[in-house]
Amino acid sequence: MLYREAGQFKETYRQDQAIFPVVQDRVCVVALLVVAYVVVPLVANEYWLQAILIPFLISSVAALGLNLLTGYAGQVSLGTGGFMAVGAYTAYKMTTAIPELNILLIFLLSGLVAAAIGLVFGIPSLRIKGLYLAVATLAAQFFLMWLFNRVAWFYNYNPSGTITAPPRTFLGLMVTGPEATATVRYLVALSFVVVFAFIAKNLVRSEIGRTWMAIRDMDVAAEIIGIRPLTTKLTAFAVSSFYCGVAGALVLFLYLGSVETLAFDINVSFQVLFMIIIGGLGSILGAIIGAAFITIVPIFLTNAPRLIGLAVPVDLSKNIEAIIFGGLILFFLIVEPQGLARLWQIGKEKLRRWPFPY
Amino acid sequence: MAIGSSLAVLVAPFADMVASPIFFAEVVVGGLMAGVMYAMVALGFVLIFKASGVFNFAQGVMVLFAALTLVGLMEHGLPVWLALVITTAVMIVLAFAIERVVLRPLVNQPPFTLLMATIGLTFFLEGLGELVWGSNVKKLNLGIPEAPVDVGGMLLNQFDLLAAVTAAILVAVLAFLSQKTSLGRALRAVADDHQAATAVGIPLQTIWVTVWSVAGIVALVGGIMWGAKSGVQFSLSLIALKALPVLILGGLTSIPGAIVGGLIIGVGEKIAEVYWGPLVGGAIENWFAYMLAMVFLLFRPQGLFGEEIIERV
Amino acid sequence: MAEEIERPLHTAPSARSAPLLQVQHIALAFGAVQALSDVSVDIDAGEILAIIGPNGAGKTSLLNVINGVYYPQRGRIAFQGVERSKRLRPYQVARQGIARTFQNVALFKGMSTLDNLMTGRVLHMHTGLLSQALYWGRARRDEERHRAYVETIIDFLEIEAIRKTPVGRLPYGLQKRVELGRALAAEPVLLLLDEPMAGMNVEEKADMCRFIFDIRDEFGITCVLIEHDMGVVMDISDRLVVLDYGRKIADGPPDVVRTDQAVINAYLGVTYADA
Repeated sequence: MLYREAGQFKETYRQDQAIFPVVQDRVCVVALLVVAYVVVPLVANEYWLQAILIPFLISSVAALGLNLLTGYAGQVSLGTGGFMAVGAYTAYKMTTAIPELNILLIFLLSGLVAAAIGLVFGIPSLRIKGLYLAVATLAAQFFLMWLFNRVAWFYNYNPSGTITAPPRTFLGLMVTGPEATATVRYLVALSFVVVFAFIAKNLVRSEIGRTWMAIRDMDVAAEIIGIRPLTTKLTAFAVSSFYCGVAGALVLFLYLGSVETLAFDINVSFQVLFMIIIGGLGSILGAIIGAAFITIVPIFLTNAPRLIGLAVPVDLSKNIEAIIFGGLILFFLIVEPQGLARLWQIGKEKLRRWPFPY
Repeated sequence: MAIGSSLAVLVAPFADMVASPIFFAEVVVGGLMAGVMYAMVALGFVLIFKASGVFNFAQGVMVLFAALTLVGLMEHGLPVWLALVITTAVMIVLAFAIERVVLRPLVNQPPFTLLMATIGLTFFLEGLGELVWGSNVKKLNLGIPEAPVDVGGMLLNQFDLLAAVTAAILVAVLAFLSQKTSLGRALRAVADDHQAATAVGIPLQTIWVTVWSVAGIVALVGGIMWGAKSGVQFSLSLIALKALPVLILGGLTSIPGAIVGGLIIGVGEKIAEVYWGPLVGGAIENWFAYMLAMVFLLFRPQGLFGEEIIERV
Repeated sequence: MAEEIERPLHTAPSARSAPLLQVQHIALAFGAVQALSDVSVDIDAGEILAIIGPNGAGKTSLLNVINGVYYPQRGRIAFQGVERSKRLRPYQVARQGIARTFQNVALFKGMSTLDNLMTGRVLHMHTGLLSQALYWGRARRDEERHRAYVETIIDFLEIEAIRKTPVGRLPYGLQKRVELGRALAAEPVLLLLDEPMAGMNVEEKADMCRFIFDIRDEFGITCVLIEHDMGVVMDISDRLVVLDYGRKIADGPPDVVRTDQAVINAYLGVTYADA
């Protein structure tokens, strides 16, 4: 009888439209935040932070972005990696050019640049959709990869072609660079996820979110009731690319420290797409769950055999990973197209009635 | 001043083309040959789309999978003809499996879902293929002479010529099947309207298995050609991604369009790379096809030969 | 507790003599198929006009031309006395005050009833992206204000119970009602209904007729409907327009049209002439 809504009456529309209308949900979320901000830094070791939590958090930001574009607005995009690269390289150029500028501000500005690029590559979406749009976004992906590879200005003429995050501080703490501790980087990434998830949730329950879903569900009818398709789609591309750009900057500054274009290639685009399909298209929670899943499975695959005494070579586990991901995509699309987030919702429904079966 | 010199830079290659026409012709022919390869992949795609309305993102990986299986069998000592037979059988079994496991459960889902499903299938098949046969580059030796042949002053590869002829035959056969036989008619009916087709008694499942098998065989032919030319390896599926721009140009539903689109992309890419590539650091080939397709999409979304897409409200 | 219904966005049509919408000499062809030939219709403010005719006569095409989905090869359209541009996009037409429901219910299946209706308010929502991203201040107040208005429509259409239900799960009759609600949410001046009663039973049709009358009387909205149920058409319409093979073959009050020989030959058959 834990998860009962009885007695929780909404007396204003404001209460009805809250993000977490059920009190138990609110309590859980607060508890989760406390655990994430306070308990985890005390308990987690370096490996967990560096190899699991930080990449999971950063992937969540990218997954949120792609979910807004593909899950909510229905625009297929395979250019996620490219937009992340824009964020990373922009942040690098900006901070090397103006070292005094606050690093968090630089992340946001890089996001804006990525948003502008996303807007440009989103223009075809007025006339094309589905597979055709996917091809146009592939153009973005491959072109941007080539750009950051070939135009040496982007990596400050460094002969190795890689870009390295210089050390930067925020509020007196070393946030990036070799001195920055995993804990600090984790907390910064966590904060980005919390803020960006909050913003995403606000967007999807407002007018802009509804117009995205309208365009996704019935774009001709949407235009007839007064929605402007180009503005709506371009906004989706811009916001989504903003998220992906920031995620890319975070990859460089908070996670890898040093990247080359390979870190943002077409496989990344597919990976983020898998996150939102498995996690749940059109669901904010789904993006985060999907990111967690896709981050954990490869780690699990590399470590689990060792734990039970089997030695598995690296490329074998990569192949198994591909098989599992591909298989899971098919499984979810067939069995539960709305992904893990829907399974979670079903679980909550069951919990509502627990311990009664119906 | 800067505008003038950049214009000169853009225009200079045209002068080069005129200055050495034989070289230009060789580049064009080289592009045509590459285009034939792309067209092979696109062809399988068109077949499946025409018959089931499914965007088979996995067509490229089917090429890789077929080639891997063939080469893997040959490496185990099987003679070429036996390996071919077995690989063909494998592709047919694959078609059955895909129809049963992927297509049937998703039959009424929107195209978006089917696209995602074929993306999942791509990764699955890639992992499986490399798991079973290993991921190092394999050479596919078909016993075709390497010596180039002189045609009108240009030096052409015998293999390329053979590939072009094979492609032409394949297209002719497929076009004939599509237009003149009852099977072709049934395929076109299914492509138009699944429910109506079943209403007149066309067995949907059989059609789908047939189409995916044929696409699998086309993939095998493509895989053989690609593999013999550049070795069987993972990057084959990346090249196969390039089939998408080909389809955009040619039209998703047109068999001749796949060829024409392939040739245009092949030639365009080669010319861009050879003449303008050195000016900007090379590797234009990575994105030129996609950019070309994107520009095309803005002006003629249905491609050169495709059907116009009309939406009803 | 319903809030007072807000004033319509657009100036109410004044004199009854000036038609609200004038459709003149529309010709529409799809390749070799001539969907409409020289069709002219005047729609007066405050009337309920029914467009009838056999299947394929061009009725939906006519509505689509009015909504700006199809551009006619010939002809003009004037709304509220002002001739409109030939290539007005559908959302611009909506902005002028024309709303629409569709033959095959075109609801946004991924959203709930409430969200579908709220989407109908899009023409009245003007808060910026940043405000919505933070869901504070003006964005939040506007959401609540529009929610209150939409609740009056929910009240009017008696669909309170299905507010939060995803529309994909609703029975067909209720979906049609929700679609009507979404069109009303835009506060239109002119409402185009494409077969609003299709697939409904007698009770549902009676409800729908009641709603249409109330829409005209309480909301002041002019209604144009395509309908096949002759009983309904004869009962509720002020005027009938009959289309056949893309041409208008009759235009007038129901009593006159039902006895028109051309109409009987093309569509009605003998029965209704006697009824």
